[in-house]
Amino acid sequence: MPIPCLAFIVLLPALLAAAVAQAQAPETPPNPETIQIGLSTDRVYITSDFAGADLTIFGALDFADPLFARQGRYDVIVVLEGPARPVVVRRKSRVLGMWINTWSETFVNVPMSYSVATTRVWQDITSPDSYRQMALGADNIALIPQNRAGDPLTLAQFTAALRERKKASGLYSERVGGVQFLSQSLFRATVPLSANVPVGTHRARAFLFKNGVFIKESSAQLAILKAGFEQRVHTIAQQHGFLYGLAAVVIAILTGWAGRLVFRRD
Amino acid sequence: MSVNIAVILAMGAAVGFLSGLFGVGGGFLITPLLIFYNIPPAIAVATGANQVVASSTSGALAHFKKGTIDFKLGTVLLTGGVFGSSLGVWVFSLLRSAGQLDLFVSLLYVALLGTVGGMMLVESVRAMRRAASGEAPSLRRPGQHNWVHRLPLKMRFRTSKLFVSVIPVLGLGAVIGFLASIMGVGGGFIMVPALIYLLKVPTNVVIGTSLYQIVFTGAYTTIVHATTNQTVDIVLAFLLMVGGVAGAQYGAKAGQRLRGEQLRALLALLVLAVAARLGFDLFVPPASVYSLSSLSGI
Repeated sequence: MPIPCLAFIVLLPALLAAAVAQAQAPETPPNPETIQIGLSTDRVYITSDFAGADLTIFGALDFADPLFARQGRYDVIVVLEGPARPVVVRRKSRVLGMWINTWSETFVNVPMSYSVATTRVWQDITSPDSYRQMALGADNIALIPQNRAGDPLTLAQFTAALRERKKASGLYSERVGGVQFLSQSLFRATVPLSANVPVGTHRARAFLFKNGVFIKESSAQLAILKAGFEQRVHTIAQQHGFLYGLAAVVIAILTGWAGRLVFRRD
Repeated sequence: MSVNIAVILAMGAAVGFLSGLFGVGGGFLITPLLIFYNIPPAIAVATGANQVVASSTSGALAHFKKGTIDFKLGTVLLTGGVFGSSLGVWVFSLLRSAGQLDLFVSLLYVALLGTVGGMMLVESVRAMRRAASGEAPSLRRPGQHNWVHRLPLKMRFRTSKLFVSVIPVLGLGAVIGFLASIMGVGGGFIMVPALIYLLKVPTNVVIGTSLYQIVFTGAYTTIVHATTNQTVDIVLAFLLMVGGVAGAQYGAKAGQRLRGEQLRALLALLVLAVAARLGFDLFVPPASVYSLSSLSGI
């Protein structure tokens, strides 16, 4: 019986596939959603008169459950984190009536900037414990003192002061409502870049929450550079200090000399 | 650091005008003004030293043409200046990483400007009184000697018609170099009286010689600051120079219409005002007692 036999052979893979599909169905992850972000550019140039700007990051949510999406139960938090460097926090106190730096604590690997945009107010997205676990938000990022054996109370004061100073200078900022869904799957995040944004490699990260539960994360890199002329001057100043100093002197002498030529005819 | 170009140019022009008016370098005004404009003191000092090179070059060239520079005296002063400036830049880095630079710069300014301004004010008020009462000013007799002239290691300076020990000359140069690197000043306001009253250098070569040594001490200080601390801001300095060189011309013209002692009294008041403002800022409670800096102190 060649014909049924052939039919069987043809059917077998289909049946097998169906069986496999059936067996796998309960095992499919409950949250198949993925998140992607894209930057229109991987480098941003700032000039010396840079007064701050908004950086727009677009992102997409794939395999989103339309029901959840319609009810607005997806939340996104986008973070733009600057390069990490050591920071010295100093405290002034009154000495003979003058305000003088009297105490300092050094912190290692402090993100120089930290801008956040969220879809909603923090407490509506997930619990404070989850934020702490994920070290998400300016109040939760790890700030590690160099001298960990120090007095815990003093360290706590300095850690709080470090966050407070960073916020006051605009380097640590947040924008509630800065992430907006343009459609069920497309979102736009606007994070502020402050005027004193540090130069270096910044990392943009997007966190997806569904019903208060963290699901996925996606990240992209962004280089913030000084624009052409300023970048060159900056590089030379940092790497060829002697030549830079020499150039500064030559310019000064030429300016002084030119000034005499232009203005004085003695 | 984002600054307004127009503000910096205007600042340079204002200081240039005053320096032309009073015949001073203006470094002692540039640095405090930059500090008042929220430029970190470390940058303000090193950039001020650079600006001083430009303003003193103009003046030194004029004196070179007139032949009123004692090159030998200036070079000995400069030798001392190089030592003083190197020491100053080292102390500067040390203070900066200890977080005490701002305080030290302010205190030095308050002390020096307060003293110099106070002395000038007293002197010019006396001169005005004398002029009003018609009294002739008491002139110093040449050949009057003091302890400085009894020191060993004497050297002859022909242009200045001087035969003095090199010790006070080197010492004076070193003090000026130290102040140049810590305060970003040329130091003319100390150098000129010291040369006249301490070393008895003839007044006609004092200014030229002082300017000649300031050009080189300022240049050396700029290079050392750029190499060690990376605190020279070439763009900022250039804007100050351009404003300064232009402003100085108008200041010099305006100065010709005012009398010497009145000018000195005005300058003294200005110097005292800057000292008072810097001193006052030390006592004002800061907006936050905490401040952040990098490891190197900026």
